[in-house]
Amino acid sequence: MFAKRIIPCLDIKDGRTVKGGNFVNLRDAGDPVELGARYSEAGADELVFLDITATHEKRKTLAQLAREIARHLNIPFTIGGGIRSVEDVEVLLNSGADKISINSAAVRQPELISEMAKHFGSQFVVLAVDAKFVDNEWYVHLNGGRIKTDIPLLPWVKEAEDRGAGEILFTSMDHDGTKAGFANDITARVSESLSIPVIASGGAGTMEHFKDVFTTGKADAGLAASIFHFKEIEIIDLKQYLQQEGVVVRI
Amino acid sequence: MKVAIINYNAGNVQSVLFAMDRLPGIDATLTDDHELIRTADKVIFPGVGEANSTMKHLRQKGLDDLIRSLTQPVLGICLGMQLLCDYSEENDTECLGIIPQHVRLFQPGNGEKVPHMGWNSLDLQPGTWLSPELDGQYTYFVHSYYVEKGPYTAATTNYCQPFTSVLRKDNFYATQFHPEKSGKVGEQILKDFLAQ
Repeated sequence: MFAKRIIPCLDIKDGRTVKGGNFVNLRDAGDPVELGARYSEAGADELVFLDITATHEKRKTLAQLAREIARHLNIPFTIGGGIRSVEDVEVLLNSGADKISINSAAVRQPELISEMAKHFGSQFVVLAVDAKFVDNEWYVHLNGGRIKTDIPLLPWVKEAEDRGAGEILFTSMDHDGTKAGFANDITARVSESLSIPVIASGGAGTMEHFKDVFTTGKADAGLAASIFHFKEIEIIDLKQYLQQEGVVVRI
Repeated sequence: MKVAIINYNAGNVQSVLFAMDRLPGIDATLTDDHELIRTADKVIFPGVGEANSTMKHLRQKGLDDLIRSLTQPVLGICLGMQLLCDYSEENDTECLGIIPQHVRLFQPGNGEKVPHMGWNSLDLQPGTWLSPELDGQYTYFVHSYYVEKGPYTAATTNYCQPFTSVLRKDNFYATQFHPEKSGKVGEQILKDFLAQ
């Protein structure tokens, strides 16, 4: 049976995990490879590594990181953060990344999605989109939600799909960090309007929130950061709960 | 044990090499050298990409005839599995013709999304090369085309309809999913292949 996916997200700065959280028994909570391996053992279905470094050396450190993760991890992973060109992507894929995610650069230059899909295949290209509900409409936001655009969410994700994106990572900025649940209604609209998978992000606080986003929200995967890092929810407990609730998960 | 991973114009073959390096006693090389491939104990034919351009590339490098002529155990992965078949609907492609099966595009009947991307479970046929405890276990898939169920099917997976997720014909073995990305289950499948 086809399973819904649980995806922890790790923020990376200068090759190190930030907000490493409450992982005890880790020799080095800042080591993304070790933390990733820990999540893999704990039952994570996939991992997302988001680089928040803002230096020129970024591309090189990110490629080294991708290589180290790929060497040690036996589940799929996506790497993203500041990817702007086909060359950026090529070096990551050659290092062993399974997918890359692009966000602001794709909004500024939508043909990047087409180029990347053409060069590497749709399965490599995850379009990440941050949106906020403003004046009765969901608008795409840039730079981690700081800059509002005039682009409505639904036409944008449709365009991304048409251009060859293989997956959508949708974050509601209104829900992110609230721990009050995912943006189920708009996630369902995104999911129903597309034929590619949708990863929902932003707002996870309880196990019920995951059930809701998989049922009401029609998401294919649920992504969260802090609740996993700080062990507020163990992935195995979450999966057992979901299974009891009739959601198909990999246990 | 010497394992040759066929290196051609395919995405993320690096991960297959890393997966081999994690197994003890395996000396794996990523190569398109015919002699190295011919003399390896085991051969892995990975693949991520599009069928038609990949077949063209294989023909240009003479790898199509080489693969057909191999007599040691060969493992096709993902597109590698599809290319072992006769024909793929993906851009109307004649494939290697080793497995007499066709490769079809998923036709969603119940709102399924294409590509089939994520973890799905295996239903093992009786008496296959796979460890029996793998029955019902989950592996990681990314594909839009599938191999129909047939006489060489070793396991099926259900998406839109049951399709071939593992097969074997003579010395040719194949998985539609990515064992190198399928956690401990995938590792066991790679070990099962290497034990052939």
